[in-house]
Amino acid sequence: MKKLINQPEQIIDEMLDGIVSASPSSVRRLEDTTVLVRKDAPVDGKVALISGGGSGHEPAHAGYIGKGMLDGAVSGEVFTSPTPDQVLEAIKATDSGSGVLLVIKNYSGDVMNFDMAAELAEAEGIETAQVIVRDDIAVDDPENRRGVAGTIYVHKIAGAKAETGASLEEVQATAQKVIDNARTMGVALSPCIMPTSGEPGFELADDEIELGIGIHGEAGIEKRKQMTADEIAAELVERLLPEVDLADQDEVAVMVNGMGATPEMELHVFNRKVQDLLQEKGVKVYDTIVGNFMTSLEMAGCSLTLLKLDDELKELLDAPSHAAAFKK
Amino acid sequence: MQLTVEDTIQWLKQFNDRLSEQKDYLSQLDRAIGDGDHGINMARGFQQVAEGLDGDFDEVSDVLKKTATTVMSKVGGASGPLYGTAFLKMSMECKGKDVDAAVLADMVEAALGGIKQRGKSEEGEKTMIDVWAPVLGTLQEEDFDAERLKQTAEEAMQKTEDMTATKGRASYFKEKSQGHLDPGAVSSYYLFAELADVIGKGA
Repeated sequence: MKKLINQPEQIIDEMLDGIVSASPSSVRRLEDTTVLVRKDAPVDGKVALISGGGSGHEPAHAGYIGKGMLDGAVSGEVFTSPTPDQVLEAIKATDSGSGVLLVIKNYSGDVMNFDMAAELAEAEGIETAQVIVRDDIAVDDPENRRGVAGTIYVHKIAGAKAETGASLEEVQATAQKVIDNARTMGVALSPCIMPTSGEPGFELADDEIELGIGIHGEAGIEKRKQMTADEIAAELVERLLPEVDLADQDEVAVMVNGMGATPEMELHVFNRKVQDLLQEKGVKVYDTIVGNFMTSLEMAGCSLTLLKLDDELKELLDAPSHAAAFKK
Repeated sequence: MQLTVEDTIQWLKQFNDRLSEQKDYLSQLDRAIGDGDHGINMARGFQQVAEGLDGDFDEVSDVLKKTATTVMSKVGGASGPLYGTAFLKMSMECKGKDVDAAVLADMVEAALGGIKQRGKSEEGEKTMIDVWAPVLGTLQEEDFDAERLKQTAEEAMQKTEDMTATKGRASYFKEKSQGHLDPGAVSSYYLFAELADVIGKGA
């Protein structure tokens, strides 16, 4: 398997240094850690936002560090949650005394490691709060739903809220509002290859796609024979709309997210049909983004996220962001 | 029976060797119903544990505490907090004590409680708990027998094959998780098999 890497064991370390090299004026790395933070962290009088998780989802999460979004991001090994000591370093480096909000995707490893870090932070007298993102409707039980691309909206909107000088409790409430109103579903066309083993992360036949796939290739709803972009768009819109619970005047934000190996050309083909379908159904679209926001190495496929907006969420979505992967 | 500091170090070194040998097998089990990294993460973490065991330790509790902190900071994923918590609870339970059969049972009980709390999980959900719980049962009920400890762990591990996962990444596979061993149950079996081996040799 051809990959643009050196030693597989060095990938995370070398990637992190590379990210800093690309944004030396806005991001720095905490020495001997896998933590990147805003260059000016801790930011006085502001609640800090920290996110993180396994690597392999770039630009998530370090790409979202910057004024208006995250204060810090913690990177684990590929698809492996980072450890509590690393998360604690991120908390300590970003806390200005106003507290730290941990944005956690609902995977057992992430939840446990961030939870342990929060306990360690508490022991050091640092106030933290948590939100757990669960936007993936492919899982039936809402409590068990995975956190996927909707996480980016949490970073953007809660990050903008924190810039207003809001309290930890207020920033947490806004983040929770985003989580309560964001729904995502994905589809995989081909698996990703794990850099350490060189093996595919999961099996998918050449003529098959998997609906409802997770961002590490976790089982979705079902495998289907290959479908067209329009058919996939119809399937995802059909499944998402009942979950978003829209009233007449409600507006939505739309995110078409590439999984890593799908050309933007195809994402736009897909988005065109999504927009047509939403219009047909009378859904008002306030904002659309198309690109690679939450990837799974070189998995081919995409996800569709719908976020129901109110006035507060619209204003915060429109607020400026300096993050390298989400300039606004 | 008696578990000394030297026994504990030997146990953890043998566990590390076993994980290193079985790394690919564990990852292969994990690829079927998880994300394929259990073997790599456990082997990486316990390699560091083994390298840190050459110092001086006053009591078993100290060895286990060092193990806990290394596991928590080096393993990652879900296994790091779960095994880290297990070793931490065992360490706390035997602090200042010589480890005999009764203390060992108390240690496993404390560890199991910690795993359940950290993982918000119970027996029958196709996890490592399904090995730890029967092992605790055998340690509490009967006079210590190394061979029976190993056998109990092995049988319990085998039983996870037919279970349906309701916790962790395997739960997304629902009934399709049946027919696969739980990787965490298999690594837990290795842990107790090596413990039985070390104690069996010492007896």
